[in-house]
Parts: sequence; C-alpha cells; structure tokens
Amino acid sequence: MMLHRRGLMKAAGLAAATPVLPAAIRPARAQATTLKIGVLNDQSGLYRDLTGQTSVAAVRQAIVDSGVTARGISVEVVSADHQNKPDVGVTVSRQWIDRDGVDVIVDVPTSSVALAVNTVVREKNKVFLNSTAATADLTGPQCSPNTIHWTYDTWMLANSTGGAMVKAGGDTWFFITADYAFGHALERDTANFVRNAGGRVLGQVRTPFPGTTDFSSFLQQAQSSRAKVIGLANAGGDTINSIKQAAEFGVTRRGAKLGGLLVFITDVHALGLATAQGIVLTETFYWDLNDRTRALTQRINAQGNTGIYPAMSHAGCYSAVLHYLKAAADMGAAQAKASGVEAVNRMKAMPTDDDAFGPGSIRQDGRKLHPAYLFEVKAPGESKGPWDYYKLLGTTPADQAFRPLADGQCPLVRS
Amino acid sequence: MIFDLLEQLPPGVQDAMGQATLGLINGAFYALLSLGLAVIFGLLNIINFTHGAQFMMGAFVAWMLLNWAGIGYWPALIIAPLLVGLSGVIIERLMIRHLYKLDHLYGLLLTFGLALVIEGVFRNQFGSSGLPYQVPEALRGASDLGFMFLPNYRIWIAVAALGVCIATWVVIEKTKLGAYLRAATERPELVQAFGVNVPRMITLTYGAGVALAALAGVLAAPVYSVNPSMGANFIITVFAVVVIGGMGSIMGSIVTGFSMGLIEGLTRVIYPPGSAVVIFVVMVIVLLTRPSGLFGKA
Repeated sequence: MMLHRRGLMKAAGLAAATPVLPAAIRPARAQATTLKIGVLNDQSGLYRDLTGQTSVAAVRQAIVDSGVTARGISVEVVSADHQNKPDVGVTVSRQWIDRDGVDVIVDVPTSSVALAVNTVVREKNKVFLNSTAATADLTGPQCSPNTIHWTYDTWMLANSTGGAMVKAGGDTWFFITADYAFGHALERDTANFVRNAGGRVLGQVRTPFPGTTDFSSFLQQAQSSRAKVIGLANAGGDTINSIKQAAEFGVTRRGAKLGGLLVFITDVHALGLATAQGIVLTETFYWDLNDRTRALTQRINAQGNTGIYPAMSHAGCYSAVLHYLKAAADMGAAQAKASGVEAVNRMKAMPTDDDAFGPGSIRQDGRKLHPAYLFEVKAPGESKGPWDYYKLLGTTPADQAFRPLADGQCPLVRS
Repeated sequence: MIFDLLEQLPPGVQDAMGQATLGLINGAFYALLSLGLAVIFGLLNIINFTHGAQFMMGAFVAWMLLNWAGIGYWPALIIAPLLVGLSGVIIERLMIRHLYKLDHLYGLLLTFGLALVIEGVFRNQFGSSGLPYQVPEALRGASDLGFMFLPNYRIWIAVAALGVCIATWVVIEKTKLGAYLRAATERPELVQAFGVNVPRMITLTYGAGVALAALAGVLAAPVYSVNPSMGANFIITVFAVVVIGGMGSIMGSIVTGFSMGLIEGLTRVIYPPGSAVVIFVVMVIVLLTRPSGLFGKA
C-alpha cells in the first residue's frame, strides 16, 4: 500500500495535536485548596448602592485578575446581607466561619457591625478585610492582628475634607451626626481637627439612626448656631436627605458652607448634579482618575452589570481580595487557610500595587496606605457623560493622608 | 409688617417658633397619610400595611412621569394618585376582598407581605440611594417670616395637605356618598338591599385611600429622597398616629397628625435623640388611659 504524503501529514498533525502521556509519566496533581471569601454588606438598606452586589462583582473581578485559579487554588465567593445590624452581622460571621468554612470576610459597612465582626474574626483566627466601615478605631484601640482596614477612615476624611474647609476660612462648625458608632467617630475626629487648627465647635445634634428622613429641624438648629460650616457626620441616605433639604432651605445662600464629610459617587448620582454641584468631598478612588482606574471600572461593570459605577468602597474590596490572593499564593493556600494572623502578616510584608489605588503598603496596625483625593462636584454644564461628576482639587500623599502610627493607641504597636 | 415684629422676638423664642412650624408641616404629612389609613380601616376594617409602599409608589410614579413621559409636577399631582389608586383597586379585587370576613390579622399579614414585595421589586429596579426630583419652578425659593426662612414648597405642602384632609372629611361626614359609605360599613346587607352596589363602593374606597397615600408621595418627592424605603420609614410612625387618634376616626387622624408633628418638632429641639421615640411614648400613654384612642368610639 502506498503511503500518500498528504495522509501522512494529516496523521502527523493529529498525533502532534493530541498530547498523550503514558500514565506512568503523568505528574501527580495536588488536591486543589479552596479558599472561601465571604462578602458581608448591606444588600437592602441605605448603604446598598455603595456596597451590595457591586462589591461582590469587584471581588469576583479580583479573583479573575489574580490568576490564582490557574495555579491550583480555587476560590469560592459567598455573600450575605447584614442589614446594618451588629447582631445579624455577628450571627452570619459565626455561621460562615464555623459551618461553611469561610476564611476571609470582606467589605462590612456600618461601623457598629464592623467592630462586632472584628471581634469574632479575631477570636476565630480568620481574616477580616474591611473596605467600607469608617471608624478609625479599627486601627486604633480596636486594632487586631487579623484585620486590615482598607479604603478610608474617619481620620482621613477629617484631615482631607475637614482640613480643606478650615483652610478655606470655615473656623466655626456645627455637626449633624448620625447617632451611632460611625457618626460619633467622624464627629470626634473632625472636631479634634478643627480645634487643633484653631477653630471652634459651636454645637452638635444627634439624629436617630436609621430611619430619619427629615433633617429640616436639625438644619434649622445648625443655622441658628450661626456656624460657618455645617458638618454632616453621616453617610448614604442620611447624607442625601441632608444635602437635598439643605438646598431647599437655602442654607448655603445664607453664607454657611455644607461639609459633606463622607460622600460617595453613588450619593452624587442620587442627588443629581443640579443639587450636588460645588460639594467638596474626599474619595480614594474615582473611576475616571487615570487609565488604570478606567480599565478596572470597565471590567467591574462587565462583571457585575449592576448599573452602578464603582465607588471607593467597591474598589477597596477589589484591591483587598487581590492582595490577599497574592499573599495566599506566595505562602501556600493551605497555610493561608490555617492561620488568619499568618496570612495578614504576609499581606503586611508585601507592598501592594493594583489598578484601583496604585502602589501602596499596609502598616503594622492594619492600616492600608494610599493617596487621598480631594474632589469637587461638577456643575451640570461641566459634565460630559454618564457618571462624569468630579474634578480633582488636590492629592494628599499616602504617608500624610492617614493618622500617624503613634497616635492611634493600637496595642499592636510597640511605643 | 408682622414679620418685622416677629423678628424682634428673642432668639430662643424664634427658634422654638421655627421648630414648631417645621413640626406642623411634618404633621401635615402624618395627617394626610393617617387619613388614608383611617378611611380604609374605618370603612373597610382592613389594616392596610401596604400604605407606606403606596406612598412610595406615588413618589416613584411622579419621577417616572417626569423622566419617561415629560409630565411635570402639577399634572403628576392628579395622575400619579389615579394610577396608584388603580393599582390599589386591582389589589382589592384580587386579594383583599377575600379577607373581609376573617380576623383583622389576615388583612395585616397580606398587606404587610405586599409591602415587602413591592419595596423589593422597586429596590431591585432602582437601587436604594434614591432618584433626584426637583422642586417645581413656581415653588422654589423661601419666604422670610421674620423668625425663620421657610421654603415656599413647605408652605405648599401644609396648605395642600390641610385642604385635602378637610375635603375628605367633608365628603365622608357631610355628603350623601359619605353617608352611603358609613352605612355600608355598619350594615352592608341592608344597604345592598336598597339597591346600592356595596362591593363596588368598597373597592373604590380602598382605591381612594391608596390614592391619598400616593398624593402624599408626590408631595414628598421634591423634599425627601425618592427611594424604595421612604415609605417604611414613615409607616410605623403613621400607624402610631392612627392608634392615638382612634382607628376609625377621620377627624381624629387629622388632628392627631398635626399635633404629633408639633410634639415631634419640639422634641427635636429639647432632646433630639428622643424625637424618634416620643410619638410612641404618647401612644403608650393613650393606650393605657383611653384605649380606643383620643377621638375613637369605644
């Protein structure tokens, strides 16, 4: 029989295309370790848009971008709604850790819930990567070797937004404060800042949390105090209502300035530029800041399809999980699973660099360091497209943006 | 001129007057919302927990009319209550009418479940941060009353709510239609024997109560964040107001609404953290001393 060359070529091609290894030479594959990440946040209440499903999408994108699946580490994501209640947050955390084998808890807005989960995770030696809670106590008296506080905190906000307003002449303040851990912490840090800069705090009013929709009476009290700055120590729906009603009562027309101490891009979106224009705020991430953030935003939007552009809270979830997976791949997934403290120590030893915050580092007390950006909300005429809301006023470099290590009273820091 | 005189009062008194005014305006909202609830309970014996969600739907329909159909605030004041009232009619026809003969609790459970479903659907579609809705052109700006600057829109809320409340009271207490309604609640079979279509009247009454909630929603849209949980924040307080006023009393809910708003407003000056609780404290006192409510029939 004649061997046709064409037939031979076909056969050779087929043989080359099908790798066949005899069983004896096939390398033994180690059992793939599964890391389980739990995204615990507000899925149905006033912080739903700045965390919610968009945070889950950011975490999923971080897993994709880390490339650990190709290196034999499989990662699972679960999510749950803590409804802004500490008891629900604690119950879900315990259940996740004890029953479902979750290794890392991510996000957790609402400072009262974050402080409670902080204790549970420390007790169980897992990892707590907090992106969205504000209280600087997480790296202060409540600091823990199992916790890293990502994204931002009340001290940074007081320093950046508070500092900018005091420098611009606002030396008398009146606070409208959400009556729980976060509001108190933000008011305390900003008040300290104002006093140290030579200003005075004329008074404060504590608004019931959650559930207050009408701030007109509190704004009225703020106006009666004749303070030059009305500091809004609240977030989410509370801030939106305060700003909307402040505009209605012409607060800024009578000479006072509105200090939005914690405002996210999702809040600006809800207010609309006509009402929100001119507000000065601080975020550590803006989707349109540079090429890296734009590219990341496109990926997260495609991943989640929630219609909400990522705010700094979502970017923090992305960055934290990305760095955790890098550390886990470096030390071995089984070791990362076994001890939360070891995993966090490895994360602190490695410098960070990602599309969300750029280069950064993690400090001894668990504080993640990166630059803070002061933005002003654009007027409607200046915005050229959807979610085009901010203009950059200034940048505080990473080593100056956060509270100095020695001032935190964190027991982990040897003085 | 009187405003110049008012400006001469000592600052403490001016503050208190300002807070009292704001409280009365909030009270207008409570009165309007509790009126719808009182109408529905008084005439239909249904505890309508969906009221908060229907208030929210009114605000959202106003937003939709503006952004999807270009229809502004003034037409929306009529159209939104009609549309939401229609949805109320459908709910009554399909679901609520089966519960009239049963214990009150079944109506409460059904309407509570409906409220959760409606809120969830809207939240899924629109998010929780809320949507922007501007104060209409004609009502922008504020008036200097001497003791405070009051936004014109808030004055409009008080006037509109008071007007609607009084009109509703007049219809129910002083007209033939109202007489039929009241008779039908007490003796439906007898009234039906006289040739009046009682089931249809009941359906339309439910729709009217729902329309009142939606009207409050449209009034609220420019000043409160238009988000799916805006009703949930109000509804618990409004129920307390209805209980204080007396569950079936129309006049009771109007007067109590305004007075509770006033009390809440003054508490906000004296002890702000207590402002969320004071209405419930009043409710407890009233229930202990006069269980049928201040204006209720025992």
